[in-house]
Amino acid sequence: MAVAALPGEAGPAGDRTSLKTKLRRAERVNRLRSFSLVAPLLLFVLAVFALPIGLMLLRAVENTEVRETMPRTIDALDAWDGRETPGEEVFAAFATDLVQTQKDRTTALVGKRINYEVPGARSRFLKAGRLVDAGGGGPWKEKFLASDAEWGSVEFWAIMKRAGQTLTPYYLLTSVDLRQDAGGAVTTNFADQSIFIDIFIRTLSISLVVTLATLVLGYPVAHLLAILPPRHANVLMILVLLPFTTSILVRTTAWIVLLQSNGVLNDILLALHLTTERVQLIFNRFGTVLAMTHIQLPFTILPIYSVMKSIPPSHLRAARSLGAGPLTAFVSVYVPQTLPGVGAGCLLTFILSLGYYITPALVGGPQDQMVSYFVALYTNREMNWGQASALGGILLMITLVLYAVFNRVVGIDKVKLG
Amino acid sequence: MKHAVSANDSFVEFAGVQKSYDGETLVVKDLSLRIRRGEFLTMLGPSGSGKTTTLMMLAGFETPTSGDIMLDGARIDALPPEKRNIGMVFQNYALFPHMSVAQNVGYPLKVRGRPKAEIADRVAKALDMVHLGSFAARMPGQLSGGQQQRVALARALVFEPKLVLMDEPLGALDKQLREHMQMEIRHLHERLGITVVYVTHDQSEALTMSDRVAVFNAGIIQQVAPPSELYEYPANSFVAQFIGENNRLPGRIEAANGALCSVVLANGDVVTATLTEAAGVGENCLLSIRPERVQIAPAGGSLDNHFEAVIAETIYLGDHVRVRCVLDGGAEMVVKVGNVEDRPVLAVGSRIPLAWRAQDCRALDAA
Repeated sequence: MAVAALPGEAGPAGDRTSLKTKLRRAERVNRLRSFSLVAPLLLFVLAVFALPIGLMLLRAVENTEVRETMPRTIDALDAWDGRETPGEEVFAAFATDLVQTQKDRTTALVGKRINYEVPGARSRFLKAGRLVDAGGGGPWKEKFLASDAEWGSVEFWAIMKRAGQTLTPYYLLTSVDLRQDAGGAVTTNFADQSIFIDIFIRTLSISLVVTLATLVLGYPVAHLLAILPPRHANVLMILVLLPFTTSILVRTTAWIVLLQSNGVLNDILLALHLTTERVQLIFNRFGTVLAMTHIQLPFTILPIYSVMKSIPPSHLRAARSLGAGPLTAFVSVYVPQTLPGVGAGCLLTFILSLGYYITPALVGGPQDQMVSYFVALYTNREMNWGQASALGGILLMITLVLYAVFNRVVGIDKVKLG
Repeated sequence: MKHAVSANDSFVEFAGVQKSYDGETLVVKDLSLRIRRGEFLTMLGPSGSGKTTTLMMLAGFETPTSGDIMLDGARIDALPPEKRNIGMVFQNYALFPHMSVAQNVGYPLKVRGRPKAEIADRVAKALDMVHLGSFAARMPGQLSGGQQQRVALARALVFEPKLVLMDEPLGALDKQLREHMQMEIRHLHERLGITVVYVTHDQSEALTMSDRVAVFNAGIIQQVAPPSELYEYPANSFVAQFIGENNRLPGRIEAANGALCSVVLANGDVVTATLTEAAGVGENCLLSIRPERVQIAPAGGSLDNHFEAVIAETIYLGDHVRVRCVLDGGAEMVVKVGNVEDRPVLAVGSRIPLAWRAQDCRALDAA
């Protein structure tokens, strides 16, 4: 009993609490240590990746151009009931704002923003800018209406008022071929602007076809990799990984050389008399899918291979010894065990395919351009970053939803990528 | 007439079977072996001795480079594994992880196209047989090693094969469970009357379970015999060394005298030993004496050989004491002394008289 009397040795209950505290303290130190190990990378990723992407995504709903450049007009429109053409006070505020925007050279910017929703608005804004530059006082309403009857349109002012809000659903709605009418109700977009649903469907279907093609082509290769003796498997693995050593741009360009009308493949087809005239193999859907499949193959093969590698060869033997023929054994014992790898490989390829830009741009036709192309178009050429962000955001949403579905069905924890 | 009898007698027959993987070296060299119907035969040997290759040829996963394999009187060389109707238990169980226990056990029946009701019935019976009746719905991953082993066993037996092959099935289990499973497999074999070919590198497992043991080394069967014969009358020094412990004294056979012979050791001492086929008169030999057959007995007794030795080390092992001695000639010898009441005092450094019978001392090849 001398042991029990030692200082610091409390009864069983006291022991337990102190043990818990000790454990918690020990764990806290461990947790801090592991956190400090990942902290540099975490901060780096947050600063250069998560934060910029988050800010870009905000642009999909951000709408400050009009509010910032025409604050007086927007304030004046607050009091407007929206039933008929606004009164002189709105036009006066508009004129005052225009004087300022002319000075700041931002008239075109506002005009462009309104132009998204009211075709022709940009040129009218520029004209109005010249009108106020000409000087002279009001009353402005008559002056504006005299220069262009459209300034009297109730619908225009309603859109102007709505454009003054700091957040807008406009870009997101446009991305799914919807729009708000003058009353604010959501309806289908004008036919000539309803292109995005088609583009999303096209993006998804090209990605799906590419994913299936890589699966069909890659599954046997992965199997071969998994069953070959190491010496041969290493050579095959190098061949599978070889494409990674060349840039996507070079590989895509190489396909142009191979597939173009005067290219190698057409020469061979003609020489073998398989065709009588040159076949269009590129700048269409076929070329796009072919080049993308080629680039994506390793991404599908590797996860499948790693899962196959972990399946003991004795499983197939066991199935055979139990009476299953080679095919039955393969289908009922081997294939089901490869499904997590198939899921991972296909998910990886599908998600990567959704974001393809260079390859369809180089080897695809106008009808093969995917969402990324339009993101780039709106970012670089149209300077409509709101639209680019909205398209990108929706693509990201689709990806996350697919990922969640996959996680629900297969379980992401079962997936091994290497 | 004689042919019919022998066909009936041997259920499995290897006749001059050879196997080479690279065309240069033979993994199995000229194997001839007959396995009787209902027999429990163990192939025992170190790794790389050809025992697993032999089993795989029987199962149909490897084809013999030359020679014939007969099963129940018919050549099976050309039959694929699934047509041989041989149950097999693998080293790591090879349970299908994506199927439940019941689906695993039902698999051989399902691929044979048996009706569902029959499958359910026979699966239940097979699982009861291995005491896993209540585990049908579990997945293999949720079972312990011993339970997985039993499922694998039920799966290999459920389609009532005449022959069951086991490839080191207990290798992954701990000692206690392994011994328990050895008895369970043994009892199943007795109850079902099936023929079992068992592969292991664990000699105690082979001795415990088998009717006969075939000892493999370097692609050759060294000896096929029941466990007691294997231990008492090893055919050569490899078998003597591999099965159990033995003391080895190198010498030369000087003269034969009926079943016995006199062997001269390096220091000129003469030992009376049993003559075997492994070594002849005039040849170098290796004497093999089991440690428990060496007695501490003064000269002048009824035993054939008497020597003096100095105790170098004693190890207390509960039921017996291991005594390491050095003979006067310099050779080492281990003696097992039973832990009985009147056991002699064994002080390190003291001299003791050792003695053994000529029958317990076999003159084997000097390999």
